[in-house]
Amino acid sequence: MGVGITVEHLNAFYAKTQALFDVNIVIQANHATALIGPSGCGKSTFIRCLNRMHETIPEARVEGIVRIGDLSVYNGTSATQLRRRVGMVFQKPNPFPTMSIYDNVAAGLKLNGVGNRKQLDEVVEKSLHAAALWDEVKDNLHKKSGASLSGGQQQRLCIARALAVQPEVLLMDEPCSALDPISTGKIEELIFQLKEQYTIVIVTHNMQQAARVAEFTGFFLLGKMIEFDKTEKIFTKPSDKRTEDYVTGRFG
Amino acid sequence: MMRTRFQQQMEDLRERLLRMGGLAELAVDRACQAYTERDLTRCQLVLENESLINAAEREIDEMAFDVLATQQPAAVDLRFILAVTKINADLERVGDQAVNIAERVMDMIELPAVELPVDIPRMAAAASAMVRRSLESFVEGKADLAQAVLEMDHVVDRMRDEAFIVLARKMNEEPQVTQQALDALLVARNLERVADHATNIAEDVIFWVLGADVRHHAQAASVAPRPERA
Repeated sequence: MGVGITVEHLNAFYAKTQALFDVNIVIQANHATALIGPSGCGKSTFIRCLNRMHETIPEARVEGIVRIGDLSVYNGTSATQLRRRVGMVFQKPNPFPTMSIYDNVAAGLKLNGVGNRKQLDEVVEKSLHAAALWDEVKDNLHKKSGASLSGGQQQRLCIARALAVQPEVLLMDEPCSALDPISTGKIEELIFQLKEQYTIVIVTHNMQQAARVAEFTGFFLLGKMIEFDKTEKIFTKPSDKRTEDYVTGRFG
Repeated sequence: MMRTRFQQQMEDLRERLLRMGGLAELAVDRACQAYTERDLTRCQLVLENESLINAAEREIDEMAFDVLATQQPAAVDLRFILAVTKINADLERVGDQAVNIAERVMDMIELPAVELPVDIPRMAAAASAMVRRSLESFVEGKADLAQAVLEMDHVVDRMRDEAFIVLARKMNEEPQVTQQALDALLVARNLERVADHATNIAEDVIFWVLGADVRHHAQAASVAPRPERA
């Protein structure tokens, strides 16, 4: 099951440049939360702070508190420990190109020392089902490589790969921006189903996508969280003029 | 992004709706003048012009549909489009009420003229003013102007109630003028409906500007005007 995320006084820096300013947010478990805002507003930096990917950039650092369930992200938790509980899907599908579909999904488990074939088979099938890909690939699990799939299928394969290690949180950084409308529709439907089991945080430039899939939406501007509210409020009657100007396309 | 085309579409929609508002307002005024002057020509003008109002309604609906489908407006823009489609329907109904009045007047012209104890021109002026002011509130994007229209509604309701009482009495006392009194009573009811449509328009303006639903006597949290408009 998903867990809630609490962020308090989060500041993030790239060397001397501050990218996030005192962000405070409570993300509810088993809900989809969308983060929107113009390019460079800090939404991707924010999501990368949730699984400690931000600090992989040289001279980047983070201040503040992030809690994923009972786990304190920046206080005594290793990145490996954390990422087992927080999966991530990126803008461009990135399956392991030389691995079969099966091995792509099983990779995380194998890295974690699971070698039992029966257990792997079960998890691979379950994960591919959860990612709505099973029916399309079940006959070619070992024959086809991940890279041989279409863009939309590759992205669902990456989702299956993330789900295989049974995370509690799924972070998605513009997961549909490289996909056609049909594949986008499938991923959105998937997000809708996955939130019953996982807490989903999705960064998107597509505001209609945010409106379609997320119960809560946060609007970022210049590194600050300007407004966070129920999605329907953000898209029908936002409280902040800057949010309204953004969602109505007056800037950005 | 500048969304110039989008802003132009919204502006076109606004202008088209205002032109339709002008047609609906003119239809009510003509029908009421026809009542006062027993003027068949004006009645026929109202009937002929109904098709213009109906065509405008379809055109505005298509424009709004096009904007919704192609631009996916949000927040104040979305509220604007929803308000426009609802105001559009109300204006079309105002046109229908004008036609109903004109038909009643045509009926009355066939009958002997009689003195009736009801001030239809005064009621018409009040209903017409409500339509005009509701459209002004739309033009200005001002919720306080719209709120003032809501407050006028009970005045027209009261005039309608008074008209019913005095005309019913007249029918009792002078059964030979029943047909004329009944026509006048129906005209009063049509005018009260015009006022109701103006009220709906004002409510839609408040929804657009403030995002507040004030229908069915729910009160807006605030009617302070907001500077921005679509």
